[in-house]
Amino acid sequence: MYKLTGVTKRYTRGKETVEALRGVDLTIEDGDQLVIQGPTGGGKSTLLQMIGGLDRPSEGSVELDGVNLATISEAKLTRLRAEKIGIIFQSFNLIPTLTAQENVETALVPLGVKPAERRERAAEALTSVGLGDRLKHAPSELSGGQQQRVAIARALVKKPKVLLADEPTGNLDEGTRDDIMGLLEGLWHEYGLTFIMVTHDSSIARRAPRLATIKAGQITLTEQGRGNGQFTPQQQYAQHGNQGY
Amino acid sequence: MFGIYLKRELSRRKKAALVIAMGLALGIALVITVNSVSAGMNQAQDKVLKSLYGLGTDMTVTKAQSAPKAGTSGGPSFKFGATSSSSSSQSSDRVNTQGGQVLASSLVTKVAAQKGVSSAVGSLTLNVTKVDGSFTQGKAKSTTTSGSSSGSQQGGPGGGGGTSSTGAPQVQGGGANFNVNSYSVAGIDVTNQTLGPLSTSKITSGKTFTASQTNAKVAVVSASYAKSKKYKVGSTFKISSTKFTVIGIATPNSSESTIDVYLPLKQAQTLGDSKNKVTTIYVKATDSKQISAVKSTIQKNISGTTVTTSADLASTVSGSLSTASNLATSVGKWLSIAVLVAAFLVAALLTSSAVSRRVREFGTLKALGWPSRKVTRQVVGESMVNGLIGGGLGIALGLAAAYTVTAISPKLTAQLGSTGGGGQGGPGGGQGGPGQQATQNTLEIALNAPVSLTTIALAVGLAVTGGLIAGAMGGWRASRMRPADALRSVS
Repeated sequence: MYKLTGVTKRYTRGKETVEALRGVDLTIEDGDQLVIQGPTGGGKSTLLQMIGGLDRPSEGSVELDGVNLATISEAKLTRLRAEKIGIIFQSFNLIPTLTAQENVETALVPLGVKPAERRERAAEALTSVGLGDRLKHAPSELSGGQQQRVAIARALVKKPKVLLADEPTGNLDEGTRDDIMGLLEGLWHEYGLTFIMVTHDSSIARRAPRLATIKAGQITLTEQGRGNGQFTPQQQYAQHGNQGY
Repeated sequence: MFGIYLKRELSRRKKAALVIAMGLALGIALVITVNSVSAGMNQAQDKVLKSLYGLGTDMTVTKAQSAPKAGTSGGPSFKFGATSSSSSSQSSDRVNTQGGQVLASSLVTKVAAQKGVSSAVGSLTLNVTKVDGSFTQGKAKSTTTSGSSSGSQQGGPGGGGGTSSTGAPQVQGGGANFNVNSYSVAGIDVTNQTLGPLSTSKITSGKTFTASQTNAKVAVVSASYAKSKKYKVGSTFKISSTKFTVIGIATPNSSESTIDVYLPLKQAQTLGDSKNKVTTIYVKATDSKQISAVKSTIQKNISGTTVTTSADLASTVSGSLSTASNLATSVGKWLSIAVLVAAFLVAALLTSSAVSRRVREFGTLKALGWPSRKVTRQVVGESMVNGLIGGGLGIALGLAAAYTVTAISPKLTAQLGSTGGGGQGGPGGGQGGPGQQATQNTLEIALNAPVSLTTIALAVGLAVTGGLIAGAMGGWRASRMRPADALRSVS
């Protein structure tokens, strides 16, 4: 469970100080899905960085299962990211020189998983997102949608507790967007992940059970229930041939 | 993953990797070349010193310099008799001791008895100037003029009215045609040839002196002199009317010999009119580390002598060998350091720049939970491989350069001031003769560039250092990156 209390983040550039987050309080239960929406520069990505342990707040606390990410050591924070948090980026952030399988393996390297097991688990993860036949392909040989699937496999191969996605469909066309969202919702549903996603896509935001809107660093929460069911996870899941990841 | 990632990254950035590697290679190649050429210079200097001193000789003792006496010209003179024949060939040898400074032979025993001296032998070095040629006498002729003048004719014995008269006699024709040939002669102690001038050479034809030939009229000649004079074993030649038989041809162990003819010491003393005299005492010390102390002992106990060690001699080396050696040790050294520093700097900046371009990549890895040390290790690993590639290329380039120098074997000359011959040249320019030969020895040495294992180890060390410096800079930058950088949309 996440518990954010009075999270404030300030950035200083020269003499100017910008408050990206202003006293944000937020609780996210295990297995919840939360979509964060808001205008550009509103603090969406900053909030995701705090939740993901990628940055520390200037004030306040970010607790994950009782551990304050704002105050633990860098080494512990790094370890926590490696074990518990899977992250998906808007630009996929794949290592261009590595194959799809090797890219997925990078998530297992800090956990000390042996090479043979790494390869096996990476292959399974890629198969689960429909890329079982693209293991040896370099990112440049894959479409945008396929690259994002590789990134999803990389985020999930370590079986994290939390899945964070920063505009995961921002660089994709509408059809591919629906595919990816279907896949993500299916995985969330199946594995009971805590799924937190930043998006500026209103059509996606509307379907989220909980919607957090950030404007000028301040958050407003909206409980939306289960959404309109456009992305029926099970249907999408079946479409993409996920075999039980 | 480390190896695969490293290999793929280097393959992707071949050009950048090559630039870094080539920069390091250049620096390392320069270091190898300068080192090997310096080693070659040292070897050449050793050869020069050994060729002058001989293997095993640690120092020489010569007479201390003294000012020339007033009224002595010091120059050689030649006597040629006038004959009545119209044309006659004449030859004259002028033999003088090299430098004109001699020591008593008894000093050899005295030097040998000094503390720290293992053995000592005396040698007398002579300069022989041979002048041969012929005079042609001019002929006096009377001139006869004819005319119809009625007056008296100047120069004539008088008498008028004659039709002819006889003028004053005039000398016509005549002159001289002489060849001057100078060569050096060393009188050596035939009972101990392991020290002294002949110890620098190897007998390549015939044989050397036997211990019993202390006063025999036999000679060993240097290969170059024998070639120029077409001497072979068994040939004979004369010095000041004394006939010598060539019993051996000696080839110097390195470069040119400074001595053309070797004779038994007594014969040389007779020729040089220097009975019981030597010009140089060759000394071997019991301990090569105590040479300096032995030198002091000799100078203290035997006055009027100059003791020259190989270290002293080395400082008198001049000529292109000295110049090149100085260049290699000063300019070469600093140039190598400058190029290396520049190469290290370029490698570090390029690596740092490459890390900057990979902000999102490293940020992503950190976001995935890679500890900073793993990211740093990746960057340092890539730099190390670059460094080792540079090292490999540098060693190849350096070896090629050293091989080229050795293949070309540029000739360097080494000039030494007063050396084993002892004493400085006297004042030159004697009347009517050539100036007295200064005792400056010029040797030609072929330069080699040997590459030692130490040099190779140094190159590998530099390559590793270069890689580490570049990697440390890049790794430091990578380690300071925040995982949040991975969320930046710019690449």
